[in-house]
Amino acid sequence: MPPALANAPTLPERARRIRLHALRMGEVQGQGYIAQALGIADVLAVAYFHAMSFRAEDPAWEGRDRFLLSIGHYAIALYAALAEAGIVPVSELDTYGSDDSRLPMSGMAAYTPGMEITGGSLGQGLTVAVGMCLGLKRKASRSLVYTLLSDGELNEGATWEAAMSAAHWSLDNLVALVDVNQMQADGRSSSVLGFEPLAEKWRAFGWHAQRVDGNDIPSLVAAFDAARNATVAGPRVIICDTRMARGVPFLEAREKSHFLRVEPHEWADAIRLVEGAAP
Amino acid sequence: MTAAPRRATTSAMIASLAAEGQRTAPAPFGHALSRLAETDDRIVGMTADLGKYTDLHVFAERFPDRFYQMGMAEQLLMGAAAGMAREGFMPFATTYAVFASRRAYDFICMAIAEEHLPVRIVCALPGLTTGYGPSHQATEDLAIFRGMPGMTIIDPCDAHDIAGAVPAIAAHPGPVYMRLLRGNVPLVLDEYDYRFELGRAAMLRDGADVLVISSGIMTMRALEAAKLLEADRIGAAVLHSPTIKPLDTETILAAAARPGRLVVVAENHSEIGGLGEAVAALLLRHGHGPRFRQIALPDRFLDAGALPTLHDRYGISTTEVARRIREWL
Repeated sequence: MPPALANAPTLPERARRIRLHALRMGEVQGQGYIAQALGIADVLAVAYFHAMSFRAEDPAWEGRDRFLLSIGHYAIALYAALAEAGIVPVSELDTYGSDDSRLPMSGMAAYTPGMEITGGSLGQGLTVAVGMCLGLKRKASRSLVYTLLSDGELNEGATWEAAMSAAHWSLDNLVALVDVNQMQADGRSSSVLGFEPLAEKWRAFGWHAQRVDGNDIPSLVAAFDAARNATVAGPRVIICDTRMARGVPFLEAREKSHFLRVEPHEWADAIRLVEGAAP
Repeated sequence: MTAAPRRATTSAMIASLAAEGQRTAPAPFGHALSRLAETDDRIVGMTADLGKYTDLHVFAERFPDRFYQMGMAEQLLMGAAAGMAREGFMPFATTYAVFASRRAYDFICMAIAEEHLPVRIVCALPGLTTGYGPSHQATEDLAIFRGMPGMTIIDPCDAHDIAGAVPAIAAHPGPVYMRLLRGNVPLVLDEYDYRFELGRAAMLRDGADVLVISSGIMTMRALEAAKLLEADRIGAAVLHSPTIKPLDTETILAAAARPGRLVVVAENHSEIGGLGEAVAALLLRHGHGPRFRQIALPDRFLDAGALPTLHDRYGISTTEVARRIREWL
């Protein structure tokens, strides 16, 4: 964990800045998975600025905790976090989704420092995480592998192959994060393919499972700490109930869809709102 | 009443491909991998509940703590192999060719190939090497993997070839798909002045009338057929091309350029998308127009049955190869 500096921004401030970075990327492109980014910002703030070890100047540092973005379309959110972490220059965020940018619309490992895997083909991230955790254990490494999944992604069967495997191998270095924002491509997640009871499901697969409000930073901090410090064997999952577009009330109130429509003039309004929320 | 002639029966999956009396070597892949792992700590073995059926059990017995039984979950196997490679290891991941190519394709494509990770995918039951029917017969695996950017594809002929291919693919930087013969594997190529080189085709015998370009077990068949043709004073050259991708274009073009020879590609694979079409396209692209014929499996779901019956039925047995070449000349 990075040493806590007396003047270091607080976690809510980190989350606010991640939202701001994401909105600015969305403004440049005029589009983006902004509702997901705003919804997951608190989780990313706690992951990067409370839980994980990393070196901004050396993103491939062997001792780092790994963060796998299985849901590649959340790249806008992760770029925002990587910028806030100093791994990607803030000035580069303007290139998001542009030709020859290191920040493509869907996250890819070869493009971006700090992007551990190429996600986007949903259902793969947790399988790769299992292999990385096995490899880390072979190396007697104490690094953890955090893997961000979404509720819709749980439709993919390979996720459950990996869930069984992680428990079978007692992978206590694996922390899955499930963003339950109740939205996938064709609509409300629970009506596309029902997934509840979720915590019970993971527990039945042999996981240490917690379910928290994914927009409540103190709850997230407690959950990440519990995941790291739990003395039980086996993998850990934190199921995070999040609200899409969190932090921008007029977007939060809008009828939700997988790809939230934002009018050109609304980006600046949203940015002003989040800027105004500075402590 | 006379008894009806006894019909041939389907062999168990672990049956050897070797003809009666043919020389064989046991589990060449498992032994070659174990030898290599003695000096290369990065090597780990991973399988999807088919360790015994891909000869990986030999490695597992020698290096139990480097063996990962991933369960009957091929997508997980490939994703986890990618993860293992990301952490600096060199996984040899084994299953059957049907499951790797059909079920786990996207995982191999995105988690392994797109990331250019050094995962070696080694798969038993390629083409028509089991009588279990389409569920186990990987008749289109080469077509499937040829379409994947960056994937190196190997189709070895025999135990000698496999023993040579294992260290060669380990030394290769990117991902590799290798077809595997397992169990008591025929031993043929050690009688020739030949050793496996990745990316290279090798002329095993020369002949003036027909050039057979082949891979996998069809090289063994082509060599046997060439002996039969010799008795009819037909000279058959056999060019073994175990690397399907990237093709050894230089050697193939040079051999095919020799005038007056019928060019036949023989492959244990569907006529669509394998070595035959790869060679045909290569010749066309370079303006070569020799007489060209293909010995390959038909574009159909194949029958179940005894392998000798099926190899005759689909034209890839030695006698069928020789008969068809005679017809074409």
